[in-house]
Amino acid sequence: MVIDDLNAIAEAERAARKKYTLRCCMAAGCHSSNSVAVKKALEQAVKDAGLEDLVEVRGVGCMRLCCQGPLVQVDPDGTLYEKVRPEDSASLVGTLKGGTTHVQKGDPNSPFFTEQLSIVLANSGYIDPERIESYIAADGYRALHDVLREMTPKEVVDEIIKSGLRGRGGAGFPTGLKWGTVAKTESAQKYVICNADEGDPGAFMDRSVLESDPHSILEGMAIAGYAVGANQGFVYVRAEYPLAISRLQNAIKQAKQRGLLGSGIFESPFTFNIDVRIGAGAFVCGEETALMMSVEGKRGTPRPRPPFPAESGLWGCPTLINNVETFANVAPILRKGADWFASIGTEKSKGTKVFALAGKITNTGLIEVPMGTKLRDIVEKMGGGAPDGAPIKAVQTGGPSGGCIPAEALDTPVDYESLASLGSIMGSGGMIVMDDATRMVDVARFFMEFCMDESCGKCVPCRAGTVQMHSLLEKILNREATAADLQRLEELCQMVRDTSLCGLGQTAPNPVLSTLRFFRSEYEELLKKETAHNGEPRAAIR
Amino acid sequence: MAAKTLTIDGKQISAFEGATVLQAAEEAGIPIPTLCHLDGVYDIGACRICLVEVEGVAKLLPACTTRVREGMEVRTDTERLRNYRRMILELLFAERNHVCAVCVSNGHCELQTLAYEHGMDHVRYEYRFPKWDLDVTHRLYGMDHNRCILCNRCVRACWHIEGAGTKNVAGRGARAHIISDLNQPWGDSESCTSCGKCVDACPTGALFKKGATAGEMAHNRAKLEFIVTAREKKQWIASE
Ligand SMILES: Cc1cc2nc3c(=O)[nH]c(=O)nc-3n(C[C@H](O)[C@H](O)[C@H](O)COP(=O)(O)O)c2cc1C
Ligand code: SF4
Ligand code: SF4
Ligand code: SF4
Ligand code: FES
Repeated sequence: MVIDDLNAIAEAERAARKKYTLRCCMAAGCHSSNSVAVKKALEQAVKDAGLEDLVEVRGVGCMRLCCQGPLVQVDPDGTLYEKVRPEDSASLVGTLKGGTTHVQKGDPNSPFFTEQLSIVLANSGYIDPERIESYIAADGYRALHDVLREMTPKEVVDEIIKSGLRGRGGAGFPTGLKWGTVAKTESAQKYVICNADEGDPGAFMDRSVLESDPHSILEGMAIAGYAVGANQGFVYVRAEYPLAISRLQNAIKQAKQRGLLGSGIFESPFTFNIDVRIGAGAFVCGEETALMMSVEGKRGTPRPRPPFPAESGLWGCPTLINNVETFANVAPILRKGADWFASIGTEKSKGTKVFALAGKITNTGLIEVPMGTKLRDIVEKMGGGAPDGAPIKAVQTGGPSGGCIPAEALDTPVDYESLASLGSIMGSGGMIVMDDATRMVDVARFFMEFCMDESCGKCVPCRAGTVQMHSLLEKILNREATAADLQRLEELCQMVRDTSLCGLGQTAPNPVLSTLRFFRSEYEELLKKETAHNGEPRAAIR
Repeated sequence: MAAKTLTIDGKQISAFEGATVLQAAEEAGIPIPTLCHLDGVYDIGACRICLVEVEGVAKLLPACTTRVREGMEVRTDTERLRNYRRMILELLFAERNHVCAVCVSNGHCELQTLAYEHGMDHVRYEYRFPKWDLDVTHRLYGMDHNRCILCNRCVRACWHIEGAGTKNVAGRGARAHIISDLNQPWGDSESCTSCGKCVDACPTGALFKKGATAGEMAHNRAKLEFIVTAREKKQWIASE
């Protein structure tokens, strides 16, 4: 494969386009509401109407507004159809010949769509994730070509540093710096890992990217491999994502067939292979050291860092580990330049962030917005507020490691530092909206239960501390707790945060701490008055 | 090997490059409490009892897995650390069923000793009273899960000193527990050589020699160290 071959594929793909395209969402959300049958029915309807030469029915990735799926959008005019059923297909195809349809229409010019800025999701909803030609026609693998033929590994690392890209897996570690460390660590063998474990309840960004645009991840990983000097990559995906796994495997097969993975890519000396590793769905296996244990076939438990994976990772070799969304930003940065990327977002948080908008919100779905967008714009403008118009009470970001941001703070811009200053975190992108019917102690208990169940059990503070914190929260909810119990809970929060071995335990108290910070009265209202006769906590003799 | 100088609790000391803070402190006669550490096997930083403060580092660091650095300033005995250590001990006592008075290891138990040392006269947390079994299927030894603190020492002793690979951990969180082979009765284990190293490694009365009665069971940690030193350094010296 040389650049001319790549161009030829792109041109052939573009030349084959028909007058109309019916883009039919085939990502998990719509998939689970029957979009496979819808696509089949549309294909049949096109045949029945004798429009095969004019109309292409294309299965595409996520079109964002998951709550209204299955979604079908018509090119070139952009009409968006919602909740499409297979039996709607004849009338829907009929509109192309001047007919009418009763199918519900969405508004592609609503703020939900127009306020988005797509880098990571640029291809999502447009290209067919199951065909490499579709990705190539959208400039796919061009960045990999240019990198291999025109840049040194150091120049690639420098470009990523200059872009200001930070890790999208939660902590926001500067990506270029990490790449540089792995690049500088001497070793005959190095690895690249894509973390697609995505264990936060309510999060589905990474899944959508894998289902909608798997080649962008492969391209990003290959570029990373070249930059750091690795020839082998692994994508670690949870087994709960069968569609993402099959699309990834399909994409890897196609890339290999085309010579875009394997040895001598673009006739350069660079060799890079990617294998998929399937996780059994333990949340802790998203933590990088536990993930690597799992890839090695061992019990997935974290180990103390240092040594960091960049120095000693998989099988003791220097290993670069980045999140799905981080890798998805790589090819666009190299295609359009670090300056372009750095011009988007805020001073310290560059680019965009994908969020999975869920909870008490009208428009549930996937959004990609520039860093620095106000939470209020996301929740009210784009999300359309709570479905029944109820007042929004809080927004939860960062899943079990994050916190609840109260409605008063909705004017906060989403960037790493601002969210951290509110006691939450950017996290990987789960955003759960809560209305005024939500009891915050309930929320804290829910996340604590999650951490308790998902604790790997290796270190004492997390294993035994989450159990005690959970039981104290239950006690509060049952109105059996006293002020002394609440104090005990706060002490435990601090101790578990400060002493746990890995990020799971260190952040497990966050949902409690942040709800205590902004909604303390809800805890206090549930406390039992200390009884006049002794004031003894009754816990021990229950 | 180059030496590093550092201070621990204000005391200037030197340590070999690559030594852990725990080793450096031990050599300088500064006690740091430990539970999951066992001389002779690699450290995993699991119990968090040995956490220390290091100047300029926001996080608390386990002394057993942290390597010394030039100019490092370590504090091992602050109010916060003492408080956290006590809380960790209380969490351990509340987690399973530690009834010292009837335990074979009464008086020889590291958990019990630490609790005394840290003035842990009562437990502020709700006892969980979990139902755990006793495995007495092995000819010579028994395992009482009620007294296990999941320090993992038996697992490491079995894999890395004996090389049998019998012991392992199964389950997550509070359901994590020590198993033999593929979670079968210890007595049915085909890999176990009955060497007893896991029993000697155990800090509590969870692993015991059959027939021992309350307070009789002393573990022989020195034997494990002796074997490892002999194997690695070719020195057959009994430690004191
Ligand atoms: C308990 C726990 C779970 C995690 N889960 C994920 C995950 O599902 N996906 C992810 O990308 N990072 C996860 N992380 C963060 C990873 O350890 C790691 O920092 C990240 O993959 C680095 O990628 P980045 O630099 O691109 O963000 C998790 C961390 C912890 C402590
Ligand atoms: S903090 Fe929790 S998940 Fe992490 S090592 Fe400790 S027990 Fe395991
Ligand atoms: S007796 Fe020896 S071989 Fe058997 S489990 Fe214990 S350490 Fe392993
Ligand atoms: S049986 Fe003993 S040595 Fe093994 S984990 Fe439990 S307490 Fe530690
Ligand atoms: S002795 Fe260091 S963590 Fe257990």
